[in-house]
This record gives sequence, structure tokens and C-alpha cells, in this order.
Amino acid sequence: MASEPHGGLTEYIQHHLTHLNFRVSPNGFWSFHLDSVSVSLALGVIFCLWFWLYARRATAGVPGKGQAFLEIVLEFVDGQVKDVFHGDRRFLGPLALTVFIWVFLMNAMDLLPVDLLPWITEKFGVGHFRAVPTADVNMTFAMSITVLLLVIFYSFKAKGFGGYMHELFTAPFGKWFAPFNFALNLVELVSKPVSLAMRLFGNMYAGELVFMLIAGLFSAGSWLLFGMGIIGYAVWGIFHILIISIQAFIFMVLTIVYISMAHDHH
Amino acid sequence: MELVAHIAQVQGFTAIALGLIIGFGALGACIGIGIMGSKFLEAAARQPELVPLLQGRMFLLAGLIDAAFLIGVALAMYFAVANPLLSKLAAG
Repeated sequence: MASEPHGGLTEYIQHHLTHLNFRVSPNGFWSFHLDSVSVSLALGVIFCLWFWLYARRATAGVPGKGQAFLEIVLEFVDGQVKDVFHGDRRFLGPLALTVFIWVFLMNAMDLLPVDLLPWITEKFGVGHFRAVPTADVNMTFAMSITVLLLVIFYSFKAKGFGGYMHELFTAPFGKWFAPFNFALNLVELVSKPVSLAMRLFGNMYAGELVFMLIAGLFSAGSWLLFGMGIIGYAVWGIFHILIISIQAFIFMVLTIVYISMAHDHH
Repeated sequence: MELVAHIAQVQGFTAIALGLIIGFGALGACIGIGIMGSKFLEAAARQPELVPLLQGRMFLLAGLIDAAFLIGVALAMYFAVANPLLSKLAAG
């Protein structure tokens, strides 16, 4: 509990829920969460370097353990894309792989002890630091809005401007209900990124908070509670391995499904 | 003294709301997971060769079913540690 302020569990959790904020405008409307941005960028660079290093010296012969692992991941993701999307996979395949590994790595930050990164950054004089970028609603919405833009782009690309407009205005009920159809399609379009982002955010935020609540047991004062804290932390951590993989998987699959839906003609 | 009573009232209602959010969310998610798990086991018993195909989809759906509940839990936890409804009282 290196970074615990004096004031009990509530204060401890509130301290941990504060982002490292960089304000551009004085009233705080334009601001960056430096912790989310830096951790996600670092993980992205790690992901790229890791895959690039193995891809560079990939052999057609007997693969090493590292290459075999990457091949398993690659074939798994490619299989998922192949199941859903029947077309040119040169863009969607790498996109799905990036989404899957990147979201997984960002979620995996949840498995680090909650106080580890804040404790390290505190040594450098930075008080607030949240290690899990996907537990930041800005991060998940940034990703899901990117997916929305891709969906719109591929709708235009696959159907042309006229085709997409025709679909937007006439899709469920025919051309006599054009405004109604458009409103309905708009709701459908907007609900995709919202559900995508909120699902990932809710899972990671709840997981992080449960970790913090368990971590509160460590400073509760009695050895019994300390032991319960260790057991609880281990149990929730093991369960969380399942959750972070499933959430990364779901984010990937839904990205593929949404983009392949954009290719479908009505 | 009146302020304390108001705060206690807001916190009491919030506590009830948290119980409802988590309780009903868990109820729904558990029933959903239970139905899906039983169907999965039935399907696996009928056609064991489809298990690898179904397993991935089952986990996908388990994540989707759990998501709404966990969003509720996240919201409830947020209200439990930092109640935004109290800010009006603090200001006034």
C-alpha cells in the first residue's frame, strides 16, 4: 500500500480511480489521460516489435516455440475471420489480429498488482496513474468509434454512395417510410460502437474495482483479513484471465461481424 | 444536522439501488448462462463431434451475456465508492 493516502478504503479507491490528466484548455474540456495513452502506446509498440521480430526470421522448416505460438494465434484469428467474412482478407485479417492482441495486452495490465505501476510512478513524482487503458472509457470509445468509421467506409466502398444511401433510407420498410427507415438505421449504426465500448469498459472497470476492494483487505489490520485478501486476489485473478481473453475475443469477433455486415447487400 | 440526515437518506437509497442493480443483474445473467450451458451440454451429448465448434461460440455468448451484468456492477461500484448524487448536497 505504498500510495495509500490516509482516509480509509473509499479514499484509497478514489485515489486509484483518478487519471493522470494533462489539461490543454483551462476548464478541462480538452484533456488527455496521459496514463491510458502512454500504456496503450507502449503495449502497441511491444506488440508490433514482438510480431515483427518473429515474422522477420520466420522459417518454413521446424518452427521454434515463439514462432509456433504466433502461428497458432495467427491461424486462430484468421480462422475466425474466414468463418464470418467471405472476401478479400488482406485488410480485415491484420485488423482483427491487431484488435485481438492489443486489447488482450491492454486488458492483461489488469493482472498486474493494482499498486505496482502507481507505486513505480510515485517514485518519479507522479501521484495518479491508472495502469489499465481499457478501464478508461475514452480508450474503449476511441477504438469502437474507429470501428464505426471503418464500417461506414466499407459500406461506401462495397455499395457505392448511391447504394449505401438507398439502403439507409429504404432498408427495412421500403421507400414510403424513408425518414423512419433512416432514423432506425441511424440508431442501429450508433448502438454498435456504444455497446462495443461499454461492454469492454464495464468488464475491465468492474474487474479493476474488485481488485481494489480486495486490495483494501491488505491494509485492514488483521492477519486473517490479509490472508483472505491474498486468497481473494488469487481467485479473482485466475477468473479474470478468462474474462480478459473473452472480452478481447468478443471485441475482435464483433469488429469482424460489423465490418462484414457492411459488405452485405440487402 | 439536517445535512447529515439528507446525506444518510441519499446513501440509504443508493445502497438499496446498488443491491437491486447487482442482484437483478446477477439473476438475469445466471439464468441466461444456465440455459445456455444446459443447451450446450445437451448438444454436446447428442453430437460430440461438434464440441470444438460449439465451445468457442459458447464462450463468446457467455461473454456477451455477462457483459450487461458487469456493466451494471461497474456502475454500482462507482456509486458505492464515489456517489455523484451527493455532490449537489456538498455544494448546497
